[in-house]
Amino acid sequence: MVALTYHAPDSLEEAVQLLSTARQPVKVLSGGTDLIIQMQGLTQDERLVVDVKKIPGMRAADWSDDHLRLGPSMSCSQFTKRQDIQAVFPGLVEAAYLIGSTQVQGRASLGGNLCNASPAADTIPALIVNRAVCLIQGPNGTRRVNVEDFLTGVGKQCLASDELLVAIEVPKPAARTSDAYLRFIPRTEMDIAVAGAAVSVTLDDDGVCSNARVAIGAVAPTAILVPSAAEALIGTKLDDDALHAAAAASSQAANPISDRRGTVEFRRHVVGVLTKRAAKIAANRVGAV
Amino acid sequence: MNGVTVSAKVNGDAVQYVCPADESLLDVLRNRLNLTGVKEGCGTGDCGACSITLDGRLVCACLVLGAEAEGREIGTVEGLSEGGKLHPLQEEFIEKAALQCGICTPGFLVAAKSLLERNPNPTEEEIRYALAGNLCRCTGYDKIVRAVQSAAKIMRRGKKAAR
Ligand SMILES: Cc1cc2nc3c(=O)[nH]c(=O)nc-3n(C[C@H](O)[C@H](O)[C@H](O)COP(=O)(O)OP(=O)(O)OC[C@H]3O[C@@H](n4cnc5c(N)ncnc54)[C@H](O)[C@@H]3O)c2cc1C
Ligand code: FES
Ligand code: FES
Repeated sequence: MVALTYHAPDSLEEAVQLLSTARQPVKVLSGGTDLIIQMQGLTQDERLVVDVKKIPGMRAADWSDDHLRLGPSMSCSQFTKRQDIQAVFPGLVEAAYLIGSTQVQGRASLGGNLCNASPAADTIPALIVNRAVCLIQGPNGTRRVNVEDFLTGVGKQCLASDELLVAIEVPKPAARTSDAYLRFIPRTEMDIAVAGAAVSVTLDDDGVCSNARVAIGAVAPTAILVPSAAEALIGTKLDDDALHAAAAASSQAANPISDRRGTVEFRRHVVGVLTKRAAKIAANRVGAV
Repeated sequence: MNGVTVSAKVNGDAVQYVCPADESLLDVLRNRLNLTGVKEGCGTGDCGACSITLDGRLVCACLVLGAEAEGREIGTVEGLSEGGKLHPLQEEFIEKAALQCGICTPGFLVAAKSLLERNPNPTEEEIRYALAGNLCRCTGYDKIVRAVQSAAKIMRRGKKAAR
């Protein structure tokens, strides 16, 4: 591994100070399940690791009047245990529950999943459909960026080297809204998504879909929002025709690559099927709330 | 070397060590604290041979920096037996022949103990799901699942008797 210097500041100010004055390249550490592996490959390089887990709030999740404020470093095992969150965002919780093994979930965080910006990251489509916003802190203050705009490419996001993700804000959904996330993997667990789809739907009292969001993962350089798939659902009772149209819209929006895990054609097809199924699950969940 | 001085607790005992900032907790446990029960199978979070608990939560020691353990409680397989008496999981792994080469065994034991603390009466499916992050090249898993089921039963009975 590279020659590291390790700091675990206990305030945000100190962390930002470290990031903006460091002479060597800096890496922010949450659970390390991506970062520690990535650093193993490097040699003869100097690096400052800033462990942000001791900063107050980084591992907490608290409700305010209109949103959930999620500390980006909270482990998935803490997050998935939170019944209050599960009740409101079941799709986001099921996405976090899919990451790695029990051991990996003991450390892996949603913020790390987001900042690592893998095209196949499981929680990102679910964050996008729930309109999550990144709160970013740098030496000149804070800024807010929607998750779908935060990602800029494979493994890339819009954080400057002296910036830190300090919270993920997820607005409380409208009444009669629910979400779902599905991924396709060749095994039953411990695998990376070949395609993934998250859907959030709002139904009126007659079961007509009044609002929807669809996001797809592992089928483009970043997870993407698919407004055309949402439009296919809005105004319908999510009948077969509407679901079919949403599936076609997701397949159309996908821009996948072929690799040993799946071909372009396969990924395009599967992401449509997942969209359809996730929409149905989300709608059934509305009935249950 | 950028040495970091760390004070932590391992299996209830206070420990102190100095390690380079890039050293994994797995290497610290094995090479500095001589706790060689914890094994390295992959070093990348895939095999679970390095399973330990950190403040009660199951993690891979290969994906934790030694420096991160400051002030934390670490649990390893060495902490399972009490006063020389094996833990029911250890007894049942032997009884049911749930190990062959044994490299995966400490990780399975620590992970299974953590599962049974959260869920004293897991179904076979729950056991297989909870242990999906532990790989074994020898046994075919079936005997491991049986051993965990049988230990769970013994532990539930023990709890009832203690009441
Ligand atoms: C065996 C195994 C299986 C896995 N399976 C899956 C899977 O099924 N699905 C999936 O999506 N992922 C999977 N992963 C990948 C990984 O576990 C996730 O991406 C995880 O969510 C990363 O979180 P972390 O807290 O460990 O991040 P870290 O490794 O700590 O950080 C990841 C990146 O984000 C940056 N970062 C972290 N926190 C911040 C912050 N607050 N501000 C700015 N930058 C920050 C780091 O610098 C680093 O670049 C797997 C990993 C392993 C080892
Ligand atoms: S050695 Fe840590 S998971 Fe394999
Ligand atoms: S007994 Fe050999 S790897 Fe499990």
